[in-house]
Amino acid sequence: MRGSLPDVTDRAANQNKLRSSFRTQHKIAPYLFIAPFLLTFLIFGCYPILKSLHLSLFATNGPKSHVFVGSSNYRFLLGDADFHTAVYNTLIYTFWSVFLQLPLALGLALLLSQKWVRGRAFLRLAFFTPNLVGQVFVGVLFAILYVPQYGLINKALHPLFGVPLDTKWLQNPALVMPAIVLASLWMYVGFNMIYFLAALQSVDTELYEAARVDGANSWHQFRAVTLPGIRPVAIFVLITATIGSFQLFELPYLLLNNTAGPNKSGLTIVMYLYNNGFVTGDLGLASAIGWTLALGVLVVSLIQLRVTGAWKSETA
Amino acid sequence: MTTKTATQIGRVLLHTFLFFMAAIVLTPLLWLIASTTKGKNDQFHYTFFAPTATAQNYIDLLHKTDVLPRALMNSTFLACSTVLVQLFFSSLAGFALAKYDFKGKKPIAIVMLATLMIPGQLTMAPLYELLHHLGLVDTYLGLIIPGAVSVFGIFLFRQSILQIPDELLQAARIDGCSEFRIYWDIIMPVSRPMIGAFCLISFMGTWNSFLWPQIILHRSELFTLPIALNQMVGLYNQEYGMLMAGTLVSILPVILLFLLLQKEFVAGLTAGAVKG
Repeated sequence: MRGSLPDVTDRAANQNKLRSSFRTQHKIAPYLFIAPFLLTFLIFGCYPILKSLHLSLFATNGPKSHVFVGSSNYRFLLGDADFHTAVYNTLIYTFWSVFLQLPLALGLALLLSQKWVRGRAFLRLAFFTPNLVGQVFVGVLFAILYVPQYGLINKALHPLFGVPLDTKWLQNPALVMPAIVLASLWMYVGFNMIYFLAALQSVDTELYEAARVDGANSWHQFRAVTLPGIRPVAIFVLITATIGSFQLFELPYLLLNNTAGPNKSGLTIVMYLYNNGFVTGDLGLASAIGWTLALGVLVVSLIQLRVTGAWKSETA
Repeated sequence: MTTKTATQIGRVLLHTFLFFMAAIVLTPLLWLIASTTKGKNDQFHYTFFAPTATAQNYIDLLHKTDVLPRALMNSTFLACSTVLVQLFFSSLAGFALAKYDFKGKKPIAIVMLATLMIPGQLTMAPLYELLHHLGLVDTYLGLIIPGAVSVFGIFLFRQSILQIPDELLQAARIDGCSEFRIYWDIIMPVSRPMIGAFCLISFMGTWNSFLWPQIILHRSELFTLPIALNQMVGLYNQEYGMLMAGTLVSILPVILLFLLLQKEFVAGLTAGAVKG
């Protein structure tokens, strides 16, 4: 900042100079502030995305040897049984993530948002804490909880639901995905619950009053006020949960001790990408898988936006 | 039975249900803590705590494995550095989006949004090659630089900075404040809640991250906690007590940080979704 101005008659002229230099600063500043994003985006975002398309047409052995193979990588994916398994598993997981976990999260949020609930802060903390444990650590923990005979899960489910004590969650191909879904439920229900809670709390209470005056019962109020009120957040949660589910990797990888599980029942798309791209070292194939994943995510997101956005015209 | 009594009974039932569910959710963590205090023979013999507690698992953690203590320091360093870098760049960009009108603002915002929808795995392979050519493989810079700006953070800060009255900025400008000083002396101090929220989110993301560090880091001295723990599971598969001790050590920092920043976190996380 400039020092104090000495002469009153000069002050006007100097202030004009100051103002114009600050005006220039004002014009340039936003570009400078955005520059870090633009730089990292161009170098580490844009360029890799384009390069990825290019790379996917090659077979590589580490960063040094590239062989042009055209669409061979994609044709390989189309025919590879393991890739099909990975896609299938990922879709199953995403399905349960969306249709089991989100309604549970919403239900919990509805319960917790009731005005007369005591200990809300504690309950919120309790349900959310599992999310603080990263996927890796959840995987390590649950691998031990799922141990047949001695693990906590079988020990708890046996007296309650008659589940056999030696249920082999992680060794039985049919139970691997349920095991993954359960662990993921534990991790993420609280997280999505927080979003729904905030959305519920932001719905204007006067709307409920108006509905009540009009004779609406709780169910009607839910449909007419609550659901439309939380709609934007619900769509946001739906899309982010879906995109996140498509990227599932750490949880099964750690649960199954760095394997894809019996009969590859725990193989996900990203696990497949990691194994084929970075363990084997074919970055070209990794790029092809990456693009396939990205396109799949794009298509599903667009479908979701369409399906949920198309209903927008119904609500005034 | 009057409706009032019925309602009250219903409420008691609901409370019971909620707290019961909360207890179930917390049980794995309780088991985790308990298992770190049990010796090998007691591990599965007692469901939770054993009559005699032992610190052997933690001693083993320090001495048997040579990776974990180092990994703890590494994770701390990496997470703190990443948080600081991301905090600075993201809040700066969020400030620009919130309080300035400039050419290209809308397209840039749309591009930012688009990047949020792109799965990171799309760029992993060429990014690895690029970092290889830049000599950044197997370095922390290779992890920090590509992730230096968090777009999620940009939108969080944009959301919270929008609330700051323009008059505050104008007054500062009239007083001769430079744009950066407005950011540093006015915007940031006022944004403390959002800073708290973002720090937690950013710290958590870096601390728990596995895939990318696993790919980039080769030397074991650089390994972060997720990588180190994964290795441990492979090596000491049956030593449940020690593995759980390692897990507990790994998750405590984030939990503690969260307890500190709870209020800010919930407010910040939902500001992006609810108002945005």
